[in-house]
Amino acid sequence: MIPYIIPSEGTNDLGHDSDLSLRGNGSQPVVRVKNLNVFAGEHHILKNINLEIPRNKITVLLGPSGCGKTTLLKCMNKLTDLYKELKVSGSIYIDDDDILNAQGYIPEIRQRMGLLSQRPFPLPMSIFRNVSYGIKLKGISDKKLIAHNVEKYLREVGLWEEVKDRLNQPATSLSIGQQQRLCLARGLAVKPHIILADEPTSALDPISSKIIENLFKELKKNYTIILVTHVLRQAVRLADNVVFMYYGEIIEQGPPERLFNEPATEKLKEYIYEGN
Amino acid sequence: MQKRFITDKITWTWMLFSLILILTMPLIMGVGLYLKSAPIFEHQSLWQLITGSNWSPTRGNFGFWPFISSSLYVTILSFILAVPVCLFAGIYLTQFASGTLNKIMHPVIDILAGLPSVIYGVWGILIIVPFVSKVLAPFFNVTSSGYSLFAGGIVLAIMCIPYMLNMLIEVFNTVPAGMKEASLALGATYWEAVKHVVVRKSFPGIISAYGLGLAKAFGETIAVMMVVGNRIQVSVNPFEAGYPLPALIANNYGEMLSIPMYDAALMFAALLLLVIILIINLIFRYFIYKATQQ
Repeated sequence: MIPYIIPSEGTNDLGHDSDLSLRGNGSQPVVRVKNLNVFAGEHHILKNINLEIPRNKITVLLGPSGCGKTTLLKCMNKLTDLYKELKVSGSIYIDDDDILNAQGYIPEIRQRMGLLSQRPFPLPMSIFRNVSYGIKLKGISDKKLIAHNVEKYLREVGLWEEVKDRLNQPATSLSIGQQQRLCLARGLAVKPHIILADEPTSALDPISSKIIENLFKELKKNYTIILVTHVLRQAVRLADNVVFMYYGEIIEQGPPERLFNEPATEKLKEYIYEGN
Repeated sequence: MQKRFITDKITWTWMLFSLILILTMPLIMGVGLYLKSAPIFEHQSLWQLITGSNWSPTRGNFGFWPFISSSLYVTILSFILAVPVCLFAGIYLTQFASGTLNKIMHPVIDILAGLPSVIYGVWGILIIVPFVSKVLAPFFNVTSSGYSLFAGGIVLAIMCIPYMLNMLIEVFNTVPAGMKEASLALGATYWEAVKHVVVRKSFPGIISAYGLGLAKAFGETIAVMMVVGNRIQVSVNPFEAGYPLPALIANNYGEMLSIPMYDAALMFAALLLLVIILIINLIFRYFIYKATQQ
């Protein structure tokens, strides 16, 4: 087993940007999307999206399957670059950096955002290495520091007690709910500002889903969470801000109380009616 | 209703029969070859047969070491040449290449995999043998006719590349895109994601593809036989000729069978080939098991 050694006093975790106050002004939106358009050939997937994501809140991207929620999420950490058939235009500002048109180092841009997929994709390595992977990519090689952070983030997602005696076992040996929490810990370990969650509970049982939802409620104190879901009840439970999308367009956005109680458009009314 | 049950029963029975046929085939082959080669064990011990270097059938000496060593030499040489080419070509095609390049390459690979080995042999005589004789050997300050273990290794490698590459492409394509995206989202570069995730995840499949490729290479006959020189000797010099086991069987079976024990000796060569391929498979199975355990 990999020995766990608590770092000496004064040693921080990753030794960078750990002060949350450094992550911009709390009143400013953390993400601003301006005139975002995405085409796949002739198919217009996202149509002139304009959006502001408030800091340290859970913003839910709500809408039926195929409405472009996941594409919007993938634009935010430039994973759309992997799909050569997609043509993306517009701007996405993370704090004040236009990441879509950034000429900088894309891996660093991606590290600002932790990604949680529809179903967990543990990397083909041990539980410990799944969490340490991103830390090492940041250039950290101090074994004590890495071990400290692995424990810290496994504790943060409530997984440490369940895995502390089998850190060197393959991550695939965990249950699917545990795997999803491991993926969350892995994402948090690179100290992102934002968590991008793409229907993260869709493959989980109700108990595991509840654990993830409760984690999000805790994590929003320190992170901005953008959650994609088509489940209306999940949006009601978690959202501080709701963006309703339909066929690549934002139809309505605002606080959940207003959107769910007084929907302004027929499309959202219908969605809420069908959802209930 | 009765007809449906009968159809169900017939289908099930036929599938089971097909499976049993496949399972018993290597056993039947192994037993048949053993029975036909058994007389030679009364003449020489197994150890003498495998390690002996003296091959003079008319005097009753059947030492198979020159043939075994030639087979191993040519196979290992081809493996060293083919493994990196297949790995990098497979990674490039599945991870980096455009759709257009893939559309061009896949039929080309399929055609190469389907070419009869005699074509590779002829091509080896026309291109590889002169290349070894006039370019490679002089480069290493060696004189060679070109008909050599090296030529055999190169031809065998070229023959095995499309076969192994096809399997590697299948293996790499099974890695979920989400896994690679997860790695990239953590800050990996594209190459890091490929190296740490795609290759690692595919590792058991890579071993399996190479294992099957190695077994195929070891048993390959015609093309190697045409370029390897077919001289009975144990040599460590790759520019000298060799005589692999399959070539021994193909060249001599049906000839000189009036020589006592010659028939049994050739059957023993075939049995040896079967056993070595079985051992190669078992070794690779073990590596696959170890890789999946991790």
